[in-house]
Amino acid sequence: MYRRTILKSTIAAVALSAFHTTPIFAENPTLKIGFVGVTSGPAAAWGISNQRSMETRAAWINETGGVTIGGTTYDVEIVSFDDQKDPKRAIAGMEKMAQEGIHYVVGPNVDDGAAAVRPVAEANGIMYFPYAFPKELYTAPASNAVLGMVANYQSGPAIYKYLMESKGVKTVAFVAANESDPLSQRDGGIAAAEALGLDVVSANVTYQVDTTDFTPVLTPVMRTRPDLLVLSGVSPANAPQLIRSARELGFQGLISTETAQDAGVLAEGAGDLANGFISVGGASTAELASPMMNEFVQRYTDMFGEYNDESNTKVYALEYILETLKADPAGIMDVEAFKATMDTFEAPNPYMKGDAKLRYVGSSSFGQKRQLAVPLVVNVYQDGAFETLFVAEVD
Amino acid sequence: MEQIIANGVYLGSQYAMIALGLTLIFALMNVLNFAHGQMYVIGGFVTYTIYGQWGLPFIVALAMSCVTLAILGALIEKLLFAPVIKGSAREESTMLLAAGIAFLLDALILLIFGEKQRGVPKIVNGVFNYDFRLIMPYDRILVCALAVLSVVSFIALMQYTKTGRALRALAQDRVAAQLMGVNVDRYSMIGFALGALLAGLVGGLLVTITGVNLGMGGPTSIKAFMMVMIGGAGVISGAIWGGIILGFMEAIGLAVLSQYGDITYLLIFVSLMIFLAIRPQGLMGKPWG
Repeated sequence: MYRRTILKSTIAAVALSAFHTTPIFAENPTLKIGFVGVTSGPAAAWGISNQRSMETRAAWINETGGVTIGGTTYDVEIVSFDDQKDPKRAIAGMEKMAQEGIHYVVGPNVDDGAAAVRPVAEANGIMYFPYAFPKELYTAPASNAVLGMVANYQSGPAIYKYLMESKGVKTVAFVAANESDPLSQRDGGIAAAEALGLDVVSANVTYQVDTTDFTPVLTPVMRTRPDLLVLSGVSPANAPQLIRSARELGFQGLISTETAQDAGVLAEGAGDLANGFISVGGASTAELASPMMNEFVQRYTDMFGEYNDESNTKVYALEYILETLKADPAGIMDVEAFKATMDTFEAPNPYMKGDAKLRYVGSSSFGQKRQLAVPLVVNVYQDGAFETLFVAEVD
Repeated sequence: MEQIIANGVYLGSQYAMIALGLTLIFALMNVLNFAHGQMYVIGGFVTYTIYGQWGLPFIVALAMSCVTLAILGALIEKLLFAPVIKGSAREESTMLLAAGIAFLLDALILLIFGEKQRGVPKIVNGVFNYDFRLIMPYDRILVCALAVLSVVSFIALMQYTKTGRALRALAQDRVAAQLMGVNVDRYSMIGFALGALLAGLVGGLLVTITGVNLGMGGPTSIKAFMMVMIGGAGVISGAIWGGIILGFMEAIGLAVLSQYGDITYLLIFVSLMIFLAIRPQGLMGKPWG
């Protein structure tokens, strides 16, 4: 009997961790927004920062009375599904969203998952907001996917050009994990670097995703003595260890990545060795963050105990969905109306100081507006915090 | 070459420690503990909390990792594995239970420690650099020495103490050990606790080098199983040799094959398949079990 109880508890715990929904206890009708992404395993930080950003914002909206769209006030419910970074599970997650009648889904977090869910999303009238970079997801005839962040082929050239002009960088080496996202980001980075006239001195060194000791991995790269070491598509879990190993091997050049990172993780994992590390972030730094952004950070911290700097970018997707639906309430049931609104949509960006706007971009990269205008903020890590290196815009 | 040897010794010593606990549990109870990697991760998080967050001395944190995991291991054996082993003659019952425990521990680690990568301050600063031919941070040298010391201590415990003799008897023949007066239930629990303690020890040691995150458990278990397969399941010396061999194969592969992409583990897996086809019991294992 006791044994059965323990087994039942175990099964219940595992099931709860796989299917997590945020309960709503209010009288307003509910607007369900989905999330399908990775919230377990080595890349869990990517998806969890998405999910928690959405849950924080939804709780905030519900606490202040809900969101009014077309004269009706809704409470926002986040329905989450952990795809475990497995395309098959991502498909199952998107099918679950379709069964629940959800039309707007944030995620998946990686290339193969985002590509896998496309037929399900298109067949079921779901707009989805991946954090993955394959251009075919966002170029016609595809029309249901909206890139939720700045792609590496947009941020990479900007970073390399800046470093060439301001730091005199002439040679570059690339290191990537041996899986689809980092490898495609590495290839995009190499093409961009070569187009700018940089000399790529090492491009083939890769490592297993579960690598924990990077000294043997980086030893051959360090022999090429590059001015710049690019950690292509590096996860926040691996970045501190790579930086630490590179510095301990005597590397004194610049290190950069095109993925978002967390200052706390860098401080703990690499300490002062991470000073000077360049990465891409959102409206995070003190000089850019609006009072609303600061309140979001505070609420996130209160809700989950600790903030994640990756959420500086991931706070945007839910805001875009809700604001676009406000602009045309027909989008609640009809994603074609949502798509039509995207072309002309514009609203104030509540998370940045100044007159920044929420709007859809991507015409240059994809031939249609299928990207959120998230600010391209390039940060440099210094003594436990990020400082803004430069800000750019994407279109 | 010097760097490859140094990397091989360092990787081999830490891998041997990871494999020791796994093979001990298998030898004593015929249980494939799929949750071994998660135990390693918990050991890392305990050290992170006590040393990195609370600021207590590293040695205290390391000791607490060992104690926590020993207690956790004893409880898991007493409350979960022992009843299942007694109630089910099918070996897959313990395998499924171990897999379930791994999932449960993953979920608990996420709830308690969060999703982020964690790291602690270095226990020793500085880098040994011999003319850029051999570079090794001092903390790695220290951890390597501590790992070797731990392995030697474990062997001494198994060889020269009453507990070690009882555990070895249990591993050789459970029924015969019981007939000779060994309290099988008690020593099974002690053995499982010792295996978990070793996972906690290596987790606590390596958090100073590699940091720790919740996703490390599964891959760590897979590597530990590879070492046990190379050396021979349930054989202590086999786990040590398995760890050393895997460490050197990885160090050599990463140095020599780096320009061909990440094919080191591809070749290791292919070599392992060929090796197991020729010698399925591993280097030190016996064909009859």
